[in-house]
Amino acid sequence: MDFAANIAGILLGGLSAGTVLFIVSVGLSVTMGLMGFVNLAHGAFAMFGGYVIVLSMNRAHFGFAAALALGFVATAAISVVLERTLYRRLYRASELDQVLFTIGLIFIFIAGAIIVVGPESQTLQLPPELRGQINLGFLQYRTYSIFLIVIGFLIALGISLAFERTRIGAQIRATVDNRRMAESLGINVDRLFTITFAFGSGMAGIGGGLGAEFLGLDPQYALKYLVYFLIAVSVGGLGSAIGVYYASLILGVLDFVLKLYLPKGGTIFIYALTILLLLWRPQGLSGKKET
Amino acid sequence: MSAAASTATDHPGAFGLTTRHRLRWWETLPWIIALGFYFAFPDYLGFGAELLAMILFALSLDLALGYAGIITLGHAAFFGAGAYTVGMLAFYEIWTEPITSLLLAALVAAIIGFLSGLVLLRTRGLTLLMLTLCTMALLQEAANMARAYTGGFDGLPNLAIAPVFGVFEFNPLYANTQYLYSLGVLLVCFVFVRTLIYSPFGQSLTGIRENLLRMHAIGSPVRRRLVICYTISAALAGIAGGLSAQANAFVNLSALDLDRAATVFIVLILGGYGRLYGAFVGAVVYMALEHFLAKIYPTAWQLGLGLLLVMIALFARNGILGIGEALWQRYSARRKTT
Repeated sequence: MDFAANIAGILLGGLSAGTVLFIVSVGLSVTMGLMGFVNLAHGAFAMFGGYVIVLSMNRAHFGFAAALALGFVATAAISVVLERTLYRRLYRASELDQVLFTIGLIFIFIAGAIIVVGPESQTLQLPPELRGQINLGFLQYRTYSIFLIVIGFLIALGISLAFERTRIGAQIRATVDNRRMAESLGINVDRLFTITFAFGSGMAGIGGGLGAEFLGLDPQYALKYLVYFLIAVSVGGLGSAIGVYYASLILGVLDFVLKLYLPKGGTIFIYALTILLLLWRPQGLSGKKET
Repeated sequence: MSAAASTATDHPGAFGLTTRHRLRWWETLPWIIALGFYFAFPDYLGFGAELLAMILFALSLDLALGYAGIITLGHAAFFGAGAYTVGMLAFYEIWTEPITSLLLAALVAAIIGFLSGLVLLRTRGLTLLMLTLCTMALLQEAANMARAYTGGFDGLPNLAIAPVFGVFEFNPLYANTQYLYSLGVLLVCFVFVRTLIYSPFGQSLTGIRENLLRMHAIGSPVRRRLVICYTISAALAGIAGGLSAQANAFVNLSALDLDRAATVFIVLILGGYGRLYGAFVGAVVYMALEHFLAKIYPTAWQLGLGLLLVMIALFARNGILGIGEALWQRYSARRKTT
């Protein structure tokens, strides 16, 4: 019984971390799948949203839900402005220029965070009802982790339903599969991209806020976790929300287990597995596109 | 020269093609400036040696990224491999002779480059980017795990390097030897890269970058060429890493991290990639700005660097040298018309 509870505890811890990874990365996957744009600054959007959420709670005393909504709207808004003014100029540019441009954006966000907020780490004050433990029947577990897992599942479900059932979801699937054909059929890919970009960045912002509790939130956030976001996206498959969900959960659990049992350098297995998986399936777990 | 050859070079385009590998007068300038720096700024020779290692590192990346079009964010893997080779050989006093140490560093980096290139270069685009990134992270974690040998996060300090040619000692306070030694190594490597670039092999690399499909169509062994190029590039990066370890007399995990890989990427693109001298210009501008600005105003430096990168990506796709070339062409065109 004790052993089973142990396993369940590890699984839940990993799943909650993976959920945050999913919420941050899902937008990156869809925008990369749609436009093939290598957006390394996605982590910077997550950081921006995280700051908006944490600061609006700590300084302006917003409620948790209101802060999350504000974080989503603010991040989506700033990403739309950047997309309309700057990103769009580079859609047809080489990956090299896209990488350079988004690395530049990361630096700007990092410097901006230091100037506006300061270099110190910010802490997320959870609302009282999410603190403490919850009784799951067979074990006590942190309420916030369970909350994250449930929220993540609902988001994944919502996104996949939207993908399968709505008009815009069908348009996104069509564009990821064959962009030129989609354009010929009269789908306004430009507008579609702006919408998904804003939504994906908004989700990243929420993820930045939700994850601030255990990932921390400091100006280096944008660079520190970038590799993890990219692994989740490339393993999950470009343009596939569900693939990223599975990849993030696997990555979260794996990371949790390795950090627990091999605290010194256990992450080496994550990188090795990623390399092997990408060599076996360059398009990721559920990516369809042949590259 | 036969008559056929002379008529073949009559056309200005053909003339340009047949003479472009020749040495121009301005190509001696970097070396004259580097020697002048030695006499003019004796207090900054330590910084100068660091700068020379950075130039070599950027040059190695130019070969892979600028010429062959292999977009990698993990080039610090090879820099680190070279640095740790030299560092561990010197720290455990197995081998301290500097030049042969550098050759060993090149060998180790080349082996890693060859093995990883063999599997990674099957892929392109984002997958390749991710794979190079993961390879670098893998090496860094491995170096972190092998704490007993690599010193872990703290690295290996106080490396004792034997004198160059058994005569010129590395003095930690006066970096005269380090500077001239680095300059010599850079010159040798540069001549090698320059020769390689203008060889048929170098031309085929450019072809692969410009039009992969066509290179396949004319029967060029694309993947073999890419792997060879990646291996050579890795070896040069290894030499740069070894050089930096020797000049600084220490090596730590920062030799392998994303920051360093991003820095060399920025340096190269700032200067202009695929044009040999971009590495020089980019490294000088970046390192000088970083050395004098970053320590006083670190945040402003980061902000300025970010803005600069965004501007380059948006408006000046060929870096500083690209801007210079555009200005020069406009100037010479105006001179012709008047």
